[in-house]
Amino acid sequence: MACVQLGDVTRRITALHDVVPRAAVKVHDIGMRLHRNDKGEAGWEVMVGGGQGRTPMIAVTVREFLPEKELIPYLEAIMRVYNLYGRRDNKYKARIKILVHEIGAEKFRSEVEAEYARHPQQQTQVEERELSRITAYFADPKFEKLSRFNPAFEDARRGNAAFARWAKNNLATHKRDGYAIVNISLKAPGEIPGDATGEQMRVMADLAERYSHDELRVSHAQNIVLPHVKLSDVFAVWQALSEHGLGAANYGLAGDIIACPGLDYCSLATARSIPIAQAISRRFADFDREQDIGNIKINISGCINACGHHHVGHIGILGLDKAGEEYYQITLGGSSSENAAIGTILGPGFAFEDVPDVIEKILATYLKTRHAGEEFLATYRRVGAKPFKEALYAAA
Amino acid sequence: MPLLKNNSFVADEWVHLDDETPVADQQRLTVSVERLVRDWDDLVRFPGLLGVRLTNTSREHDLTPYVPQLALIALPFPAYTDGRSYSLARQLRLDGYQSELRATGNILPDQLQFMLQVGFDTFEVPERFGLEAWQKASRQMSLAYQRGLFRKAGEREVWSERHQGFTPCRDRGP
Repeated sequence: MACVQLGDVTRRITALHDVVPRAAVKVHDIGMRLHRNDKGEAGWEVMVGGGQGRTPMIAVTVREFLPEKELIPYLEAIMRVYNLYGRRDNKYKARIKILVHEIGAEKFRSEVEAEYARHPQQQTQVEERELSRITAYFADPKFEKLSRFNPAFEDARRGNAAFARWAKNNLATHKRDGYAIVNISLKAPGEIPGDATGEQMRVMADLAERYSHDELRVSHAQNIVLPHVKLSDVFAVWQALSEHGLGAANYGLAGDIIACPGLDYCSLATARSIPIAQAISRRFADFDREQDIGNIKINISGCINACGHHHVGHIGILGLDKAGEEYYQITLGGSSSENAAIGTILGPGFAFEDVPDVIEKILATYLKTRHAGEEFLATYRRVGAKPFKEALYAAA
Repeated sequence: MPLLKNNSFVADEWVHLDDETPVADQQRLTVSVERLVRDWDDLVRFPGLLGVRLTNTSREHDLTPYVPQLALIALPFPAYTDGRSYSLARQLRLDGYQSELRATGNILPDQLQFMLQVGFDTFEVPERFGLEAWQKASRQMSLAYQRGLFRKAGEREVWSERHQGFTPCRDRGP
């Protein structure tokens, strides 16, 4: 987002883009989603005014379809409107999300479109040759032509229960037959979310080099992705991971918690995050139980700045300080995916020691209430906060 | 306050009138945007060159009807955290304003190239920086990164240069 006119807008801009809505594109200042229109042309959905922190907001779509090449001039128009109209009296209010909220999505959209329309876009538009120069950096690696079905992989799954469990949760479908995306969970029960030792990092780097076209990605969920692993190599990768404490099979489950460093490491924090994450992941370490609970995102922030993205966790935990005591507010129903939502606070907060029990009660309520096959977020959206509130506060 | 133009300090030929002082026989004068609107019928008959001083909350459309008659537009940078005048300058240049565009206020040498790129050509700079600091600042980057900026003939930008065989650094390459 380097841009001459942004040198002095006073506050940071966060921008994210993706082709699928996993990048939390709706909770950043500007989100861009690449998609195709009904003519098959590539273009962007442009979303503006999302954010987390002390003022969580879901971005509004200002353009459903912006031709691919026009992205830079369009972003320039957005930034110019923000620069001219954004508040400067209070640094907490000097954000795009505040401007969009204060003037309204319609007004913001029309200002941007007017600004965009009156200036010659070809001046800043990306030229074809520049686009292809950049595209070349993102060329696919040389994939082999493989069959979708790999007998060795299937045999390993059948023959090794631990591998089968891991494969069920930690593998994602690759766009090419015979390959898989390997998600390495840095969330072994009781460990610090997202931590890896120097030795583990070397192991992962070596695996990436040997099995994943020398590519390894760090995800915002504090995990590591090996994006291109042949099915025939997956078992060997898993063995190496397991030998080094990296074989946690809880990707996407209750133990796969996002947590900020919290009071243990951060001078902004008002409460600890890591010990809460450790206690919860230990509590749900039993594989069958964790598997039964299924896909759930628990996010923990140790202060209002929301680095742990608690607003968009299915269960969000916010650590605060009340007269020198840590206490934790619980929100439910947040989501950072395409149906992004900010979680709703349930009621009064809880003491540090009580948080694992609180999570346990919430999940027990979910298990009782859910329809067959219904994930936590869907159940919450169907039944609302009431049964969860009753479970947590009725006895008290 | 020194006036910087084309890498030199030059004499300021413009007289700045407040909102009350009557117009005398100046050659070049600037007024506030409020006065420009209020006294337009008199000012339009002024025989010399007319300019305007905007504030950081001015909008381009406040000025649009008058722009063709103006020989100077001065835009303020009250603090380095307030960059609204970058956007105003860019709007004015993109909409075809070709006369002098002047930056005033708390301008820092680090900002000089950015201001040049959005179309400023003169600068009322704080006393505390010597001419050398401004000359050095104007040479700091030989290429502009962004495209479509207001540039003088012969100036270059990275996007085009890349395709003329220029490599900014040892590039890993695709």
